[in-house]
Amino acid sequence: MKRFADLFTLIDQTTRTNPKVDALAAYFRDAPDEDKLWCIAIFTGRRPKRAVTTTRLREWAAERAGIPLWLFEESYPIVGDLAETIALILPPPAQRSDQSLSYWITYLREMAAMPEEGRKAAVLDAWDRLQATERFLFNKLITGGFRIGVSQKLMTRALSRASGREEPELAHRLMGDWSPDTISYHDLVEAEDAAADLSRPYPFYLAYALEQPPKDLGAPADWHAEWKWDGIRGQIVLRGGVHHVWSRGEELMTDRFPEFARLTDFIPDNTVLDGEILAWRDGPMGFNALQKRIGRKTVPAKLLKDAPVLLYAYDLLEWDGKDMRAQPFGDRRRILCDLVTPLSDTAPIRLSPEIPFDTWQTIETARLTAREESAEGVMLKRRDSPYLAGRKKGDWWKWKLDPLTVDAVLIYAQQGHGRRANLFTDFTFAVWKGNDLVPFTKAYSGLTDEEFRKITAWVRKNTLQRFGPVRQVRPEHVFEIAFEGIHESPRHKSGIALRFPRMARWRHDKPLAEANSLDDLHQLLDTYG
Amino acid sequence: MDPVLSFTDRGIYCAAGDFYIDPWRPVDRALITHGHADHARSGHGAYLATRAAAPVMRHRLGDIALDEIDFGERRMIGGAAVSFHPASHVPGSAQIRVEVGGQVWVASGDYKIENDGLSEPFEPVPCHHFITESTFGLPVFTWAPQADIAAQIDTWWADCQTSGRTPLLGAYALGKAQRLLTMLNPDRGPILTHGAVENTNEVLRAQGLTLPPTHRVTPDLAPKEYPGALVLATPSAFGTPWARRFGPVSTAFASGWMRLRGVRRRRAADRGFVISDHADWTGLLSAIKETGAENIYVTHGYTDIFTKYLNSAGYTAAVVSTEYEGEVVEETDT
Repeated sequence: MKRFADLFTLIDQTTRTNPKVDALAAYFRDAPDEDKLWCIAIFTGRRPKRAVTTTRLREWAAERAGIPLWLFEESYPIVGDLAETIALILPPPAQRSDQSLSYWITYLREMAAMPEEGRKAAVLDAWDRLQATERFLFNKLITGGFRIGVSQKLMTRALSRASGREEPELAHRLMGDWSPDTISYHDLVEAEDAAADLSRPYPFYLAYALEQPPKDLGAPADWHAEWKWDGIRGQIVLRGGVHHVWSRGEELMTDRFPEFARLTDFIPDNTVLDGEILAWRDGPMGFNALQKRIGRKTVPAKLLKDAPVLLYAYDLLEWDGKDMRAQPFGDRRRILCDLVTPLSDTAPIRLSPEIPFDTWQTIETARLTAREESAEGVMLKRRDSPYLAGRKKGDWWKWKLDPLTVDAVLIYAQQGHGRRANLFTDFTFAVWKGNDLVPFTKAYSGLTDEEFRKITAWVRKNTLQRFGPVRQVRPEHVFEIAFEGIHESPRHKSGIALRFPRMARWRHDKPLAEANSLDDLHQLLDTYG
Repeated sequence: MDPVLSFTDRGIYCAAGDFYIDPWRPVDRALITHGHADHARSGHGAYLATRAAAPVMRHRLGDIALDEIDFGERRMIGGAAVSFHPASHVPGSAQIRVEVGGQVWVASGDYKIENDGLSEPFEPVPCHHFITESTFGLPVFTWAPQADIAAQIDTWWADCQTSGRTPLLGAYALGKAQRLLTMLNPDRGPILTHGAVENTNEVLRAQGLTLPPTHRVTPDLAPKEYPGALVLATPSAFGTPWARRFGPVSTAFASGWMRLRGVRRRRAADRGFVISDHADWTGLLSAIKETGAENIYVTHGYTDIFTKYLNSAGYTAAVVSTEYEGEVVEETDT
């Protein structure tokens, strides 16, 4: 575990890419194979089954630290991470040990089969044998969520350096439905004929946001335009007579969207499609409808009826068992078009339509009507571009609409957690309803560090009342709140809810009376809701 | 009977002596615990501070009407008996003891328990009413011994020398910077200082404190002539043209906030050394216990949670509103 803890520390304490790659590559050269395999698994979001509930972990940690549970619970949101909170409050370890990463993973898995008393004794014993960082990592193995700045790109670069294999090949090998139980390090990374996994998706190609005017892209004829849909990016893999649905986050979503089971009736085997999953009834229903489907592993019949989904296909990655990614986009699109266009309306798939244009002016005008199409903007794709892996500049651009905005008054403030533990960063905003201020949204991001410092100092001096961690502040500051969508919400006092609200600007120039009103919001709701 | 000290919108007020302690609005007479900007402000009619705190206050506030007092010296101000006792926060920092009619109150300003070898060691002062900070008043904040941190800094410095980077260490110009200086290994290499740090060094050396030799970074200074040097600066100097003269750097902050991984990552420094001139959780609790006080007033930091804990532990504790800031990780200068 010490070797893994040292690796973690090296990665965690630098913001530069090269030292991270160096540290990972060294680990992939020197560590035992089982540890390497687990290291890849952990950093790509695969972790052992949870052996202990977080409720028990908190209780045991508070007990071991000799503090009341409520005090632990108050500290946790300030630290922002459960595994770290536990590691910080425990007394130093009394025993010494230097076991491998795989040893501790086996230890955790054996724990899962024990009665609760045994699990408690095992966890307390582990805490007493591990140093600070190791203890944090041990807790992380239980609670999950290793976000430590190791991207897929970084991982494949390091693996490539250690194994001598090409990065794109490694990226593809690491995709899909493997776990350290089903594969060895050798088979995953090194074997010449890695057994083809029927479910394995391709790395997604991601677009960059367009920042320059589109005319800088060159001749309009070289470009293909379509709407940028507001759904879930998905890849559907049809091989061996079954289908798999993958999210961009490499999460298997097959069971969440049972509608796609029927795709095998319409699309030939050995095909891989890239597209947008949308809630759809006579047209896209908007993200709010789809949101109800997200996060549900099984879908009740009523929801299937209220918010049915289909795939707006926009790319073809595999056709007749052949990897199509090196072919020009135009060619892939033609095959896709021939495949999807003739299908019956009952097929859960449509072709994401092309927006024809001769001049850049046409597409600029079209973009402004995106909200009427339930889209968030337009996509521009170079007709002769291959399908690359990851976010690459040059061939694919997303050109989103400007966000909607309202001017709102800051009325409540709360301290942040984790990275922002010592600043006020969580704010509630209100708009006018007659002479009253009605809260309608929270926002946490968008200000610079300098602005967060200023508002923190101001909040400290202008607190009117405290409700636990929440402070009511003097209504004095107006902020421009930007957001991507607005819809009705009976759960909110104001009756509306915003999508992706954030602070776009601190309007020092705006007097309080000029903030927007609830009527203004309802007008936005009528127009865009 | 009126309380000996009360909490007003100008500061902590003593009616019997008609004076304020660390006031944040201009008053006629101010008793100052220490020279940091949130405790020693300009604009008061008359100041009283310890002899050891006075030079820094004059340096910061200019020509003020400042009277000096020794640690432990007892002085009557109106009907109040006043004395100053070491708080170990920075050199010269004090807890102020006020006694009226047999009732003893102590306003402790900012304090820490560990003896850092530079500030006067913390002295518990028995009292009935104790006013405490709670900057790090959560059980997740516990400090390792200073010697451990000194070893970590030395390892980092040595690593930088091997990899050809200049170690750039950021800390408060008053107090933390000088404490770090005494923790550095002078055999490792030369120490360069930012002007804001060196100005305070000069003030403290002049009053008799021993600090290792340092070199002030001026426009004429050629970093090449100091191979293997460590640079001590205020965090505000990071990423500025001033810092660029050192070529590739490895950055580090020294602060109690570095205990939290999230804060370390937001600062985006290469290293975060966990060291503070404020008491940690166990330090706060032991300091409070040793006063023997039953009534505790919590001025700044995690006041709500800390106060709730004190009440559950049998004290009578309350949050009082002040404008003290404790340790600000973003602080650019004192």
